[in-house]
Amino acid sequence: MKWFRRPSSAPLWKDEFSVFTADERYVNRRQFTKFLTMTSFAMFAGNLWVLARSLVRRAPVYPAQPVAALGELPVGGSKTFFYPTSAEPCILVRTAAESYAAYSQKCTHLSCAVYYEKESNRLACPCHQGYFAVVDGAPIQGPPQRALPRVRLENKDGQLVATGMEGEQV
Amino acid sequence: MSVDPRQTRGLTVIDGAMVLIIVLLIVQMWLLSATLEAFLAGHREAALPGAIISGLLFVACLVLYLFVDRVDSEVRRGE
Repeated sequence: MKWFRRPSSAPLWKDEFSVFTADERYVNRRQFTKFLTMTSFAMFAGNLWVLARSLVRRAPVYPAQPVAALGELPVGGSKTFFYPTSAEPCILVRTAAESYAAYSQKCTHLSCAVYYEKESNRLACPCHQGYFAVVDGAPIQGPPQRALPRVRLENKDGQLVATGMEGEQV
Repeated sequence: MSVDPRQTRGLTVIDGAMVLIIVLLIVQMWLLSATLEAFLAGHREAALPGAIISGLLFVACLVLYLFVDRVDSEVRRGE
């Protein structure tokens, strides 16, 4: 079986711009198929890029940063802060008397700022009505598919200190 | 005006191959978005199988394109 067409003796423009309607149908289909195949290659290249990014892994270094004093927030209260850089907004929620949770404030759909809805005990994104569970940051409703990156918290001498991020977008 | 049956047959074959390529391409687009979504969620283990399957789909598309090219060449130039 021949895989490649034999080179034509006619010039390329004659081959590609046929004056016959019957031939034109063939040329259109072949060119469209070529375009589809190139698109397929672009998809493959995208997958290769994802693979390359997943192989080249840099371990992030997070600073320890005090976020709030224990008891500073009432139960059901929330506070925003920036972590690990001043360009990364986060939200701290006191979910119970002895329980705190902190997440990145960027919605995993289109990066709108999420806020805490005390009445329904969930984090809400106002842009497209996406909702996240306060317990683990998992998406529970709306367009977001991924959980909010979680901020690791530690109690150090009566201070809540952020020490790292979990499930952060690369 | 008579229609060459060979020409019609060739067009049908090419149309069939084109539909197959489109189906494969849709699967590939879904695969890329799913792999990217998993990667951004921190599941790096999905990247390698995603890339391998995408590569296989691309090879299948390429084979179909070569087939279309050969049919085009045979029917139009009588090779």
